Amino acid sequence: MSYSEKLLEHYENPRNVGALDKSDRNVGTGLVGAPACGDVMKLQIKVGKDGIIEDAKFKTFGCGSAIASSSLATEWIKGKSVDEAETIRNTDIAQHLSLPPVKIHCSVLAEDAIKAAIKDYREKNSVAAAPEAATAK
Amino acid sequence: MSLELKTNIPEMNGQGGSARGTNAPKLPIYLDYQATTPCDPRVVEAMLPYFTEKFGNPHSRNHPYGWEAEEAVEKARRQVASIIGADEREVIFTSGATESNNLAIKGVMRFHKDQRNHMITTVTEHKCVLDSARHMEMEGVEVTYLPVQQNGLVDLEKLKAAITPKTALVSIMAVNNEIGVIQPLAEIGKICRERHVYFHTDAAQAVGKIPLDVNAMNIDLMSISGHKIYGPKGVGALYVRRKPRVRLEALIHGGGQERGLRSGTLPTPLCVGLGEACAIAQREMGAEAERLRFLRNRLLDGITKALPEVYVNGDLEQRIPGNLNLSFAYVEGEGLMMGIKNLSVSSGSACTSASLEPSYVLRALGVEEELAHTSIRFGLGRFTTEQEVDYAVEQVVGAVKRLRELSPLWEMAQEGIDIKSIEWSGH
Repeated sequence: MSYSEKLLEHYENPRNVGALDKSDRNVGTGLVGAPACGDVMKLQIKVGKDGIIEDAKFKTFGCGSAIASSSLATEWIKGKSVDEAETIRNTDIAQHLSLPPVKIHCSVLAEDAIKAAIKDYREKNSVAAAPEAATAK
Repeated sequence: MSLELKTNIPEMNGQGGSARGTNAPKLPIYLDYQATTPCDPRVVEAMLPYFTEKFGNPHSRNHPYGWEAEEAVEKARRQVASIIGADEREVIFTSGATESNNLAIKGVMRFHKDQRNHMITTVTEHKCVLDSARHMEMEGVEVTYLPVQQNGLVDLEKLKAAITPKTALVSIMAVNNEIGVIQPLAEIGKICRERHVYFHTDAAQAVGKIPLDVNAMNIDLMSISGHKIYGPKGVGALYVRRKPRVRLEALIHGGGQERGLRSGTLPTPLCVGLGEACAIAQREMGAEAERLRFLRNRLLDGITKALPEVYVNGDLEQRIPGNLNLSFAYVEGEGLMMGIKNLSVSSGSACTSASLEPSYVLRALGVEEELAHTSIRFGLGRFTTEQEVDYAVEQVVGAVKRLRELSPLWEMAQEGIDIKSIEWSGH
């Protein structure tokens, strides 16, 4: 299988690898996928007072496409408002990285990770929040 | 190709690398010898005349062109027979081990199924055995798929218990293609002979790697591959015992060549190549196994000294020396392969398939799915050098360390979180 240069570049030099403090109220954490399926993504956002994502970090267990998809996702959401970040679609990621058809699920997982992180952030910041399964505790 | 390989010959039995006069090995490094092997230059040399000046049809009885081709094919047949302790009349040339396995399983079962319609195989067989067995199920044959133990070996008691008066055939591979484990062939053969059941073994990964003797091991049918033993692709053989005679139906009909079991003009150069490959392997097996065991242990030690949580899949003792199958916990196999792109290895992970299922062989050993996704098969062979192994260790250790820093599972493990306690969403 041949991969695009953009994908390989993200794999070789992934952006925003790391972790943010999960207990911080301004940090939303999304953990999606499953080890048994061969893909797990953890994506975190830190939201400023103005509702802008000021920092994003990720860690991914998966193939090169999964690593590149999550790296790209963090790059794209930084500096965006939470609402804007939510509009990122897996097809945008797949297209940007020229993912082969068998790797489209990696971009789906990245979109899910963004959404899960946003959901966690919103739940933390609303009174009626209840913790959801498959988000890091 | 042959010229390039010739430059490698001095390294074959040496300490490796020095012949090139440089410290950098030629990249990418081939470490996938269970997938296929390069033709040994000596094999190519033996084959060449049979493409051009000695091109006769080995079945032509009326002129010297036919005779010299026939002579070459019969010499090759003796060479193949010799490495497995068989009589040359018991060797049938085929297009490869896939055809041999098809012929053995379908041929024996179709011949016998009216009286005995049961066969036994194992869940870790090569796909061509499993698929042939499945195909026979559609023709009314009952198939028992034996499980294997955690080390990859069959449980002989389970085999004994599975044999019934209706059993015609037991088909158990000699050496597994993914994990390299060697099944207890002599014990299986003894059980089969006592119970009057044919014993077929797919020996594609075993011939030339371990000593085999069809009589001592009571093997009735054996599949052999050319390209796994430094011979050409497109040729293989099936050993079919004459005494007591194994009866089977042909798959390919025509001129009645190969005792009527495999019609079609024999490809003289390919037969010669397979024969020469067997002859070389038979001569050099002992020394080569010793050298490969040293290299394999060097690879394993180098990796496990530098990295925690690396697991060997399959029995390490009952294994061909050129195979190492490792799971690198918390690092997905395909992601790892991209990180060691200068090493041509195989991944037990199959993230590319729609099903996302990891290797069925590893799953059969009871390797958990998350660990099966982290496995890499290293195949060492005749042209692997010590310098290449050292380079491989360095590359693997570096990539695993980097990818573990990137892995949320590794992070959790470091924090003492049990990954199994998490309710994963899947996808």
